[in-house]
Amino acid sequence: MKLNVNGEQIELRSELSVNELLTEQNVKMPDMVTVELNGQILKRTEFEDIKLNEGDNVEFLYFMGGGNVIE
Amino acid sequence: MSLNETQIERYSRHIILEEIGGAGQEKLLASKVLIIGAGGLGSPALLYLAAAGVGTLGIIDGDVVDLTNLQRQVIHHMSDLGIEKVKSAKNNIKEINPDVNVITYHQLAKADNIRDIIKEYDFVIDGTDNFPAKFLINDACYLEKKPLSHGGILKFHGQLITILPDQTSCYRCIFNSPPPPGKVPSCSQVGVLGVLPGVIGTLQATEAIKYLLNLGELLTNKLLTYDALKMSFRTVNIGKNPSCPLCGDKPIITELKDEEQQICDLK
Repeated sequence: MKLNVNGEQIELRSELSVNELLTEQNVKMPDMVTVELNGQILKRTEFEDIKLNEGDNVEFLYFMGGGNVIE
Repeated sequence: MSLNETQIERYSRHIILEEIGGAGQEKLLASKVLIIGAGGLGSPALLYLAAAGVGTLGIIDGDVVDLTNLQRQVIHHMSDLGIEKVKSAKNNIKEINPDVNVITYHQLAKADNIRDIIKEYDFVIDGTDNFPAKFLINDACYLEKKPLSHGGILKFHGQLITILPDQTSCYRCIFNSPPPPGKVPSCSQVGVLGVLPGVIGTLQATEAIKYLLNLGELLTNKLLTYDALKMSFRTVNIGKNPSCPLCGDKPIITELKDEEQQICDLK
């Protein structure tokens, strides 16, 4: 199954949930990421249940502060 | 306001742009921009807006200049160590352009002061370094219907979005609420390439000028992300989110409150 993550095509061997995709993509701090799926921002509570489909466009959007030591 | 001879010379490269001209320059001189945070993002934004002749610049910052700031906060110099950032910024702006009226607020942006301050300005730039402040500024600009440029940086990455309240998606449309305490990366993991805020803060200043002069297309309904390592810029379309707690169909945020400040554990 092929889908796009942050503009790059990836191939998945099995069906994954959003949470599983975050793990599969080696996202180390999932709490610092918002996920947009096909143009819609997902609620965090949906990460577990929503399964990804062929051709989906997924964007991982990171919380970014200001580079100070207190973040 | 009409331009004097020195101003015509100083701003000649603006004035010869047909999109700006003398009328556009006069408009800039009559404009007021508020920069919250005179740090990494605020430094280049302030320097360029001052040089461009934005007539009034407000600066909110509760900090003093320290040595670790100088790696990226280019508005401050060695001789400014230990003094209030707002004073240092003001002094250095005056060295560049005495036309600019600088109003300083040596305090943190808080729920009980921010609305009264932003009321006075045409455009707001968020150059803060923490999430509670970023959410507070977003909410305050929405409630006061002030346009805002959000900027964020992390390590080698930056992000940017321009927000026109009611018309375009806001920070909470993307990031519903601050990350849970304890989940924010610890200090040792967080750092930033010094030039990174220079890129993002300069883009924020560009958006401010475009807004003030009604030039081109603003970075609205899309988040720009910058990856310095790949040297790539991407924009991700983000429409207004119907479930946004601030500007969605059923808003639950109708007044400001201070979010809990993350405390950095340096152990």
